[in-house]
Amino acid sequence: MVDATPRSHRDVPPAEVPEVELYHPRSWWTTYVFSQDAKVIAIQYAGTAIAIGLVALVLSWLMRLQLGFPGTFDFITPEAYYQFITMHGMIMVIYLLTAIFLGGFGNYLIPLMVGARDMVFPYVNMLSYWVYLLAVVVLAASFFAPGGPTGAGWTLYPPQAILSGTPGGNDWGIILMLVSLILFIIGFTMGGLNYVITVIQGRTRGMTLMRMPLTVWGIFTATVMALFAFPALFVACVMMLFDRLLGTSFFMPALVEMGELLRYGGGSPILFQHLFWFFGHPEVYIVALPAFGIVSDLISTHARKNIFGYRMMVWAIVIIGALSFVVWAHHMYVSGMHPWFGFFFATTTLIIAVPTAIKVYNWVLTLWRGDIHLTLPMLFALAFIVTFVNGGLTGLFLGNVVVDVPLSDTMFVVAHFHMVMGVAPILVIFGAIYHWYPKITGRMLDERMGQFHFWVTFIGAYAIFFPMHYVGLVGVPRRYPEIGAEAFMTAPVGGLNAFISVAAFVVGFAQMVFLFNLLWSLRHGREAGSNPWRATTLEWQTPTTPPPHGNWGEERPLVYRWAYDYSVPGAPQDFIAQNDPWPDRPARRP
Amino acid sequence: MSAVLVFLAVVIGFSFWWLYHQKVMEKPWLERGVHTALPETDVSGMPTAKIALAVFLAVVGSLFALFASAYFMRMNYADWQAPPMPRLLWLNTGVLVMASVALSCAVRAARDGQRALVRLGLAAAGLASLVFLAGQLFAWHSLAAAGHYLDVNPANGFFYLLTGVHGLHILGGLVALARSMGRAWTREVPAERLRLGVELCAAYWHFLLFVWLGILVLLAGWAGDLIALCRQILA
Repeated sequence: MVDATPRSHRDVPPAEVPEVELYHPRSWWTTYVFSQDAKVIAIQYAGTAIAIGLVALVLSWLMRLQLGFPGTFDFITPEAYYQFITMHGMIMVIYLLTAIFLGGFGNYLIPLMVGARDMVFPYVNMLSYWVYLLAVVVLAASFFAPGGPTGAGWTLYPPQAILSGTPGGNDWGIILMLVSLILFIIGFTMGGLNYVITVIQGRTRGMTLMRMPLTVWGIFTATVMALFAFPALFVACVMMLFDRLLGTSFFMPALVEMGELLRYGGGSPILFQHLFWFFGHPEVYIVALPAFGIVSDLISTHARKNIFGYRMMVWAIVIIGALSFVVWAHHMYVSGMHPWFGFFFATTTLIIAVPTAIKVYNWVLTLWRGDIHLTLPMLFALAFIVTFVNGGLTGLFLGNVVVDVPLSDTMFVVAHFHMVMGVAPILVIFGAIYHWYPKITGRMLDERMGQFHFWVTFIGAYAIFFPMHYVGLVGVPRRYPEIGAEAFMTAPVGGLNAFISVAAFVVGFAQMVFLFNLLWSLRHGREAGSNPWRATTLEWQTPTTPPPHGNWGEERPLVYRWAYDYSVPGAPQDFIAQNDPWPDRPARRP
Repeated sequence: MSAVLVFLAVVIGFSFWWLYHQKVMEKPWLERGVHTALPETDVSGMPTAKIALAVFLAVVGSLFALFASAYFMRMNYADWQAPPMPRLLWLNTGVLVMASVALSCAVRAARDGQRALVRLGLAAAGLASLVFLAGQLFAWHSLAAAGHYLDVNPANGFFYLLTGVHGLHILGGLVALARSMGRAWTREVPAERLRLGVELCAAYWHFLLFVWLGILVLLAGWAGDLIALCRQILA
């Protein structure tokens, strides 16, 4: 054992612990609505994200109705289908996944896990949520605008995004989408500054960076990435808004539409693609890194074993974060780029598999000879590992130019990115909710409903996306609302598409059971106590559960050890909390 | 995308340097005891607000680096025709420099505890910034009067876009400056708090001045010459 206490004094040096300036709410409104408490903001963020995510879920059902049973439903016109695709993709990636990981889990867990009383700028934090809500409202408003929401595809590629042939291109749809994204980015920047500065400055005594749980590392790194990646989307949105509203030609080349020369001329659509993917690729890891972090903690806690290779895990997170800024053009192999350019990006893409593989090995090695409890969080964590490896492997295929070019416009790509950044992070979100719900509400989620939810979701997700790889390899193009027996397809896929659709409806239904469980267990769940999983991290050591505003009662905790002291030989219990000085007595308080 | 990559390389380099000094090489599973971690025991550490401003300015920097990247990519096309630079921009630049100088004086005065001088410095900076904004609007007006509208050429679009985004950042800064002025005119505010606010304002203004000089280099077309020179040297 290395004693990390400073040499000169055996006890903790007297430290001035300034009373943290907390805005203490005075009324119902400031306690629950305009709250500056990070935990309330977290629940607001997560609730809003799940609500708008349900809209995206319904949209995916509508798309599957069309793909599985083409020609049956008259109201799903090709235009409507494109609108469904666009809104489904945008909502899921940005308004659900990004918001729930960083705004939801970030807000709830960062202050608790680093032993802070709240975020460092609570007022800005509150503003962040309200701007996010405004962004969601503006986005939802586009469903009711004349012409409906935009149908430009979630990548919003110009020139088609703002032409009259695209749904919403000449109407309000695209404008509302761009404005909503700009608002989201402004709101996120406010929140993101808080998460980063709280990790840098808000840690309690003894909580060095290398003692932080990997959840915090994941969210911290993802936030830093998001702070530097979202400006690219911001720039792209502002410039496209100029093109659409003020007639500039940043992205718009000279075009003839309906036999009429448009006012645009000379713009570069490729420029938009560069800007978009300069944001878009880091976005994959903005969603994945928090998931990596959370799943590490779930596995360690529920296998009662310290995480294998903690340092490597931290470095891998940081290196993935840095590398993800130099791979963006692998989304653009079919844009007519120079082959050497493609070669460079294929190389960087494959390099990123190295730190990612380190993480996967470390998860598996943590499980190795662990005391694995097949609790719901653990089930979801295991499902995540399998799914992430699956999706990651097809990513290696697609990262190569020669493989990507023929597959780029097929359902194979759809299957790939749904596996790796759809299903995998969402499995982690579920696992995390089953894990931390007892802390948030004081009650456990119902086990039987949870088991049903897990097995249907896990097996169902594979029933949806495994066949989809095959559908893609057969040659079914993505983005097509309807396909017949096209000559280029090597086998008929009608039956398979119907099967995928039925699986999608079943999986969707299981999510309703999950939502019911969330509400039902609020009242009827088993009492959880303060630390039902016997976990080491600080959020489980709060004096009261659920933690009140300010989190820690009289004194903030002192941290004596890292976050993974499970099954330590000789210890009285199979875990030692981070604020437990065992085998010493607690240090004298100043 | 070279401009933003260079910018990010600097950011990533700094982050790695910072992480290195945060003892990321240590083996936490071998240690035990209470570290004296930030911020409670490290009194000499920077105030939280300063670190937050630094991170925020890095984000703003990446925004402008991205605009610059887009500018460089677009300017290589054949139809690129940069608008003439209004002479007024040089005067505006001078005014913005004056605002920065005034804030530097205010910081010095705040450190010495001379409240009257702080007030003078803040007021001068605010006034200069307002003059700068008005000057920018005049520059727009003169360009438009000469027929260089926003949608005539992408170069014009970039001109209005870059100056506009920069102006909006100055405008946002003026809100913070007004709050600092409120503090300077309130007797009860402790000198420490006033000083922090003035220092933050000054840092923000220096940064925006730096960004403005960068924009000026871009718009005046010197950046192209500079890159051509570099290429010649490399070749």
